Amino acid sequence: MGDILVVAEHLNGQLDEATFELIGMANGLGNTVVALIGGTDEMVSQLGAASKVVKVDAAADFNPESYGAALGAVADTVNPQVVLTTGSSMGMELANSLSAQKNWPLAVAATGVSANGSVKAQAALFGGKIIATTDLGSGPCIVAVVGGSAPADAGRKEGSPAVETVDAPAGAGKVHFKKLIMPESADVDITTKDVLVAIGRGIGSKDDIEVAEELAEALDAAVAASRPIIDAGWLPKSRQVGKSGLKVKPKVYIALGISGAPEHLEGMKNSSTIIAINSDKNAPIFDVAHYGMVADLFDVVEELTEALD
Amino acid sequence: MTFKTMVRKEKEQKSSFVEKDSAIVDGIDISGHWNKMYQPREVMNYDITPLEDLRALPGAESIGNCYQCAQCIGVCPIDNVGDYGPRKIYRKLQLGMNLLESVDLWQCTTCMNCLRVCPKEVNMIDIMPAAREKAILDGKEVPAELQEMFQNCAEYGNPMGESPRKRARWAKKADVEVKDLSKNPEPVDVLWFVGDYYAYHGRGNDAAQAMARVLTKLGVNFGTLGAEERCDGDSQRLAGEKGLYEMLAEHNIEKFNSLDFKKMVVSGPHAYNAIKNEYPKMGGTYDVDHYTQFLSAMMDKLKPLMTKEFGKKVTFHDPCYLGRHNGEYEAPRTLLNAIPGIQFSEMFRNKEQGYCCGGGGGGMWLDGFMADNINERLSENRVKEAIAVGAEVLAVCCPYEVSRFEDAVKSTGNEGKLEVLDIIEIIDRCIEE
Amino acid sequence: MKIVVPLKQVPDLVEDLELNDDGTGLDYEYLKMKLNEWDDHALEEAILTKEAGDAEVIAVALDGEDVDKMLFTALAKGADKAVKITGANPYAGNHEMAKVLANAISGMSPDLVLVGVQSAGDSDGWLAPLLAAHLGMPSVSVVTGLQVSGNTATVHKEYSGGIMAEFDVELPGVIGIQAARQTPRYAPVSKVRQIQQSATIEEVAAGDLGDVVTSTVEEMKHPEKGGGAKMLSDVEEIVEVLKEKGVA
Ligand SMILES: Cc1cc2nc3c(=O)[nH]c(=O)nc-3n(C[C@H](O)[C@H](O)[C@H](O)COP(=O)(O)OP(=O)(O)OC[C@H]3O[C@@H](n4cnc5c(N)ncnc54)[C@H](O)[C@@H]3O)c2cc1C
Ligand code: SF4
Ligand code: SF4
Repeated sequence: MGDILVVAEHLNGQLDEATFELIGMANGLGNTVVALIGGTDEMVSQLGAASKVVKVDAAADFNPESYGAALGAVADTVNPQVVLTTGSSMGMELANSLSAQKNWPLAVAATGVSANGSVKAQAALFGGKIIATTDLGSGPCIVAVVGGSAPADAGRKEGSPAVETVDAPAGAGKVHFKKLIMPESADVDITTKDVLVAIGRGIGSKDDIEVAEELAEALDAAVAASRPIIDAGWLPKSRQVGKSGLKVKPKVYIALGISGAPEHLEGMKNSSTIIAINSDKNAPIFDVAHYGMVADLFDVVEELTEALD
Repeated sequence: MTFKTMVRKEKEQKSSFVEKDSAIVDGIDISGHWNKMYQPREVMNYDITPLEDLRALPGAESIGNCYQCAQCIGVCPIDNVGDYGPRKIYRKLQLGMNLLESVDLWQCTTCMNCLRVCPKEVNMIDIMPAAREKAILDGKEVPAELQEMFQNCAEYGNPMGESPRKRARWAKKADVEVKDLSKNPEPVDVLWFVGDYYAYHGRGNDAAQAMARVLTKLGVNFGTLGAEERCDGDSQRLAGEKGLYEMLAEHNIEKFNSLDFKKMVVSGPHAYNAIKNEYPKMGGTYDVDHYTQFLSAMMDKLKPLMTKEFGKKVTFHDPCYLGRHNGEYEAPRTLLNAIPGIQFSEMFRNKEQGYCCGGGGGGMWLDGFMADNINERLSENRVKEAIAVGAEVLAVCCPYEVSRFEDAVKSTGNEGKLEVLDIIEIIDRCIEE
Repeated sequence: MKIVVPLKQVPDLVEDLELNDDGTGLDYEYLKMKLNEWDDHALEEAILTKEAGDAEVIAVALDGEDVDKMLFTALAKGADKAVKITGANPYAGNHEMAKVLANAISGMSPDLVLVGVQSAGDSDGWLAPLLAAHLGMPSVSVVTGLQVSGNTATVHKEYSGGIMAEFDVELPGVIGIQAARQTPRYAPVSKVRQIQQSATIEEVAAGDLGDVVTSTVEEMKHPEKGGGAKMLSDVEEIVEVLKEKGVA
C-alpha cells in the first residue's frame, strides 16, 4: 500500500482547520505524508500527526498555477496511492490541476474515503439529494474532501515530523498573484453564507435580536429574517429571506420563531439543512425543516451559544 | 434600486418680474413697485419626446388624452398610500420623465378605478402593459421579484417555481375524487381550471379541497387538467411579458381543445379575465364562469345543502378582476347572503368603488419593490377597513387574496381579530358531511 | 475579443431525482434538465464584458435534450453565436466533457473562456481547470469579479470567510465564474421565440476523445429521510447536528 499524500492548506499565514481533518482521515488509511507548499516552519511544527512533511519553498500566497506545478513535483517524489485535498477554493484548484497533470482519477465533494484494495469515495451530489460512491481504482488517485467530514482533533498534534524539501518547478508564469482583499465588515451578503441564523416575529423585540447575533457569531453565520422583522425596521432589507426578499441556500438554516409561511419558504426551502425552533408544534416550518425543536427560542439559543463557545 | 426618476429641473417654470425705477404714464408717476410686472411665462417649453414616444406604443395612445383634471388621483389606490396616478404620470412625462426607466412603471396594479372616473378615457390597463413590454424588450431593469416570477413561469408554468408535476398534489387530501383529465380524458360537464394559488399555496390548497367537496356534493361531473395545467398568464401579460403570456395561453388552449367539456369554471378572477377576454383573441373561446357565478346559478341545489350555521360578522372584498373588469358584483353576494346565520355588512369602499388589494397587474410579485414607494400595503389598508366595519371574517373569492390579507392581518397587529376565508371555504363549512 | 462560454444542462432539482435501474446513475429519461446556474452567471459576465467593450460571445453546448432552446435563450440574452457539439455524451463527467469542449473550442481561438465554476452533479472535478489544461491555458476558478484590459484579465477569487485574492491572468485563459457582477438577465419569451425563427445554431462534431481519465460511479442512492422534521429534544442534539454538517 502506498502513502496518503495530504495537501496542507493555509491562508494569511494560518493553517486551515481542514488540513487537520484530512490528516486525521489519512491516518486511518495509511502512512500520511503532508505536502506543504509555501508554508512556514511554524506550520510544520503543527503537523506532528503526519509521518513526513514534503515542503516546497514557494510564495506564501496561494497561486493556482505555481502551487499546482509544485504539487505535481511533490507527487513525483512521494508517489502516493491517494492524494487528499480540501474541497475549498484552493484545494479544488490543486486537485484538478494534479488530475490534469498526471491523468489520475479524481473524486470531489467527498465526505468519506476508504482504501481497501481499491479506493472509494463517498460524495453528496445534487444539493445533497444523491449520495454517490465512486470507485477510483487502486491508485494513484485524488480525492477532494468537503470541510467537516472528519474531526480535526484526530489530526492535530504538535511535533517535528521529518521534513523533505522539493524545489519549486518553474511554472508557466501566466497567473500573477496581486493581493488579498479583506472583507468589509459592514456589508453582509446572506446569500453567500454557509450558515444563517434567521429570526421571525417570535423574537418579539428589537433588543432581543442580540441573542440571535451572539449565536450567529459563534457559528460564523449571519442573521437573516422573515419580512415582519424588516417591516418593523429592526434589520435592513438586505437580510430579508423570501418571495419578496432574497433566495438563500446555506448549508445550515436555523429558523428561530418563524412560522413558515409559503412566502418565507420560497426563499429558503432549498437550504441543505434546516433546523427550526418554534414554540408551536403545529407551525408549518416543521414540514420543511430537517430538524425541529418545540421550545421557547430564548431558552434554546442561549444554551446553544454557550455550548458552542 | 437604481431606477431613475428623470424629472427635469423646472427652470422654465419660475416666473420673474421686472420693475422700472422711474415710469410716468399719462402723467401719473408709477415708479418702483407701482409698475411691477411679471414676465410672460412659457407654459409649453418642455421637451415632450418621452411623452410622444410612449404615446407611439400600440396600446399606450390614450395617455395623450389626459387634460389634468385629477379625477383619477382621488380614486387611485396607490395614491392613497403613496404618490401616484395617471395625472401625475402625465405631468412627469411632460417634464421629461422616461417612464420606461422610472419606478412609476411598476406601481400600477391595473385595478381600473381610474378608468372608471376618467372623462378622457385614459386607459392604464392598456398603457401599462404596453410600456412595460417595451421596457422588458429593451432590456431595462425589471424589479428582481418580478423577473424571478417570469423565469419561474417560463420554466415551470407557475410563479412559485414549483415542479409542474406536483400541481395536482393538493387533490390527494380533498377526501373526494378529483378527475385528472390529463391522465384519463373522459368527457365531463365542467372543466375546472384550478390555478396556481389553489394548486400550490398552502391556504390555496384548503380552498381547492373545499371546492372539490362542494362540487361533488352538488353532483357536478367535473375534472381538472391535473399536472398539464399552466398559469393562466394574465398577470404576466399585464406586467408586460406578453411573449410569456402567449406561451402559457397557447399551452392551455391546446389542452382545453383536446378535451370534451361543456363549461369551464375557474377559481380566480385573473384566470377568468384571461379565459373570458383574452384567450378568444388567440383562438380559444369557451363558456367560462367564475366559481361564484357557477354556484350562484345553482342556489336551489346549494342552499338546501348548507345546513350548518356560520353565525359570524362577515364582510366581502370585491376583486378588481371580477368586479370592475368584468362587472360581476352580485354572484359572490348571492352566495354570502345564502350562508345560514351570516351577519353580512359591506365595507365603505365596495363594488365599483372597491379598494384594490395590491396584487393585480404583477403587484403580487412587487411587494418588496413597492415597500420603498408606499407607506402602507394596500392589503393592510383594506384589512383595517374590514376591522372598522366590525367584521370577524373577511370573505374573498380571489386566490391571491387569502395570502395577502392573512399576512396583512398579522402585520397590522390584528391577529386573532379577523379571519380571512375564501367564500368556497365558508360554503364548505356549512355543508353537513 | 472572442469569449467562449460553454453551457451545460443539469438536472433540475425542483423535480425528484430518479435513479436508473442498477443504481449507478440518474435516470435521465425522466429528468427535467435546465441550464446550470453557474453557467448562467458565466454567460452574464461574458455579455457584460461585451457590453462594456468590444467582444464576440460564442455559446457552446453538447447536443442533448432541449439544448436548442437553451442556446436560443443565450442568443436572446446577447450571445452572438451558438454552437452545438454533436455526437458526445451530454451527461458525461467533467474530464470527458473538458476533452470534448477542448476539441471544439481550440479551433475557435478564444481570448477568454468563461465557465460556470461548478454544477450540482460534479463528481469528478471542475470543468474550468480541466478544460484549461487541454487548451494549454492558465486558469483561475471561483471568480466573482472580472476585468479585462488588453491581454490581461484581473480576477477576484473567493476564499473562505469573505476573503478574496486578486490575480492577473495572461490571456488567453479559462475562468471559472462563481457569480456575475449582476443577477443573470431574463430573456423575454417573445425575444427567444423571435430568435428561434431567425437564428441558426452551428454544429460541429465531437471529434476524437482519445483516452479520458474516468472514475466509475459505483452506486447512487437517495439519502435516508423520513417525512417531516426529525424532532430533537435538547440542545446537545442540535450541537451534534451542527457538528455533523461541519459548521460547528
Ligand atoms: C406578496 C407577499 C410577499 C411576501 N414576502 C415575504 C418574504 O419575502 N419573506 C417573508 O418572510 N415573508 C413574506 N411575506 C409574509 C408572509 O406571508 C408571512 O406573513 C411572514 O413570513 C410571517 O413571518 P414570521 O414567520 O416571522 O411571523 P409569524 O407568522 O407571526 O410567526 C411567528 C412564529 O414565531 C413563533 N414564536 C413566537 N414566540 C416564540 C418563542 N418565544 N419561541 C419560539 N417560537 C416563537 C410562533 O409560534 C410563530 O410560529 C409575504 C407576504 C405576501 C403577501
Ligand atoms: S382622470 Fe383622466 S383626464 Fe383626468 S387627470 Fe386622470 S387621466 Fe387625466
Ligand atoms: S389602474 Fe388603479 S392602480 Fe393603476 S393608476 Fe389606475 S387607479 Fe391607480
